[in-house]
Amino acid sequence: MTTQIGNDLLLALPEIVLALAALSLLLTGTFFGRAKAGSLLWICVVAIAFAALYIVFTFSTREIAFNGLFVVEPFGNFMKLLVLLGAGLAMVLSYDFMQRERMALFEFPVLLLLATLGMVLMVSSNDLISLYMGLELQSLALYVVAAIRRDSLKSSEAGLKYFVLGALSSGMLLYGASMIYGFAGTTSFNGLGQVFTQMSAMGEMPELGLIVGLVFLLAGLCFKISAVPFHMWTPDVYEGAPTAVTAFFAAAPKVAAFALLMRVLLDPFIGLLVQWQQIIVAVSILSMVLGAFAAIGQANIKRLMAYSSIGHVGYALVGLAAGTEDAAVSVMVYLAIYLVMTLGTFACILTMRRDGRLVEGIDDLRGLFSTQPMLAVALSILMFSLAGIPPLAGFIAKLYVFEAAVRAGLYTLTVIGVLSSAVAAFYYLRIVKLMWFDEAGSPLDKKMPREVGLVIATTSLAMVVLVAIPDPLTSGAAAAAASLFGK
Amino acid sequence: MIVETMVFYLFSAIMIASAVMVISTRNPVHSVLFLILTFFNAAALFMLTGAEFLAMILVVVYVGAVAVLFLFVVMMLDINFVELRQGFMQYLPAGALIGAILLIELAFFSVGHWVSAPDADAQRALAMPAAGQVSNTLALGRVLYTDYAYLFQLAGLILLVAMIGAIVLTLRQRAGVKKQSIADQVSRSRGEAIEIKDVPTGSGV
Repeated sequence: MTTQIGNDLLLALPEIVLALAALSLLLTGTFFGRAKAGSLLWICVVAIAFAALYIVFTFSTREIAFNGLFVVEPFGNFMKLLVLLGAGLAMVLSYDFMQRERMALFEFPVLLLLATLGMVLMVSSNDLISLYMGLELQSLALYVVAAIRRDSLKSSEAGLKYFVLGALSSGMLLYGASMIYGFAGTTSFNGLGQVFTQMSAMGEMPELGLIVGLVFLLAGLCFKISAVPFHMWTPDVYEGAPTAVTAFFAAAPKVAAFALLMRVLLDPFIGLLVQWQQIIVAVSILSMVLGAFAAIGQANIKRLMAYSSIGHVGYALVGLAAGTEDAAVSVMVYLAIYLVMTLGTFACILTMRRDGRLVEGIDDLRGLFSTQPMLAVALSILMFSLAGIPPLAGFIAKLYVFEAAVRAGLYTLTVIGVLSSAVAAFYYLRIVKLMWFDEAGSPLDKKMPREVGLVIATTSLAMVVLVAIPDPLTSGAAAAAASLFGK
Repeated sequence: MIVETMVFYLFSAIMIASAVMVISTRNPVHSVLFLILTFFNAAALFMLTGAEFLAMILVVVYVGAVAVLFLFVVMMLDINFVELRQGFMQYLPAGALIGAILLIELAFFSVGHWVSAPDADAQRALAMPAAGQVSNTLALGRVLYTDYAYLFQLAGLILLVAMIGAIVLTLRQRAGVKKQSIADQVSRSRGEAIEIKDVPTGSGV
């Protein structure tokens, strides 16, 4: 028989492994200095792989630990797997970048690992306090990583901008949380859920103070997923941060923050569906439209991907707005596919070098097909998938969320979503056109690190394979959604 | 009762006034001093509500450490604050407007009719020991390392990240800096450290 604390620690084993790995890497790093920084990255990847394996084998556990602050259930486990996949792949991508761009600081992998730990912790939070603590651990590590290139003005600016706006959004989130506590008298999700379901069962209108609290909480979370109107930081941070860091930003933290949004809205706040639905619908429409139109004029591919990510968050929010179990499944599938697509695209961006120097212009891709046909094919698949063109995975993802929204009766939202995705297709297809049909300028370097090539190949292949064999993904998402809705 | 209310308004008024002074004085040193005054008044407000531990922590940590550190930074770094403030007046109207709207909104629902859920007070009481039985510090100490050990550890990790971040972003390894190496110092022999010269009388070195 194990004791209570032993059981709790066992439940949090993946998190504990990540934390211990980060601490021991920090010690190793200080001992060996900067020379071995690259190999620390691989140790991080091993720690992440271990945590992911442990989660896979204990996928269907459902327990609450640490005095109700920490929850382990299939929904959290599914999202944690996505987060770990995203973080692990981004770390693999950053190995070569670290070596070549004079970023070989041993603190870099440690900070990435601590950010990943923060994401995993916030996904499994079961209380407003643990939610905030996880979120802050993640954000603080990411602010530093954004500014890690001290000699670059853009990187410092990105870090500072991210930090100031992030601190503001944390303040809003905390303020909202304090109001929610003021109303309900508890910060635990179970307690909040009880209060709100009771209220909606008795047909009571929620108090104004509670709604204001909810709005502040949502504003804080929407900042983290960079949904319009809280998106202002995204293009600048994406462009300013070193490309490997941007790849990290675009994948795992988005998914983790989205998981948090789903957990908060679909679990304790499901009783207030009517109240938050209109907010999510508005945010979703704005994000989709801005993501579609603002990306058209971009010449820098990192900025373009920033707007693209804003748009994709909008599509995922379409599914969330429906607020049903089917919709939750669709959102999870969408996030998984988005994660893979984005990482694949950033892997391609990381290979864009001319004479050994990174280039970021969209025009630099001109005539890529004639010089590097394989890369052009892979990037085209990813672009088609991002645009949502059948029969690729990106299309299936969009289909799922729109279907869920239609079933929930959100017709206007769906129509706007389809139209804006048609507009967005323009800029994705323009990249494809540049690669295949335009005259090549001075060609990009052909040499590409083996692990980056492997990531590009796997992700672009996944876009096709996931359509044919969707099973582990969809069945996992279904189990996860069922646990979120308390079945 | 009336004395307590009067004291509350006295401290609140001084606090708001000094908070305004923090952002409006021209001299940054004065700003920091007003910040310290704000902290003291906030501590007094905590004291009025019976949270003596928080009051002491506020004074010890914020006044004793943070504000003094601010003071050092302000006095030692050569930052032109007048230049930083340029454009302040330009953004003032918009900022003031947003602030006013927010204030009115908050006043709208919080003044007079804040409503809690029916069993909110029972929920709140659940987490607190009966008043008068234990002191604040004891009550906090009982739960901090037991019920909230998880959050305590998390807070530790966050502070660690802050420390790593501060070091990564500011520590520069410059060439040509003379650093102390204790191993080298200890292993020096007499032969390499000093040279003995026989100076003949009357001729100098």
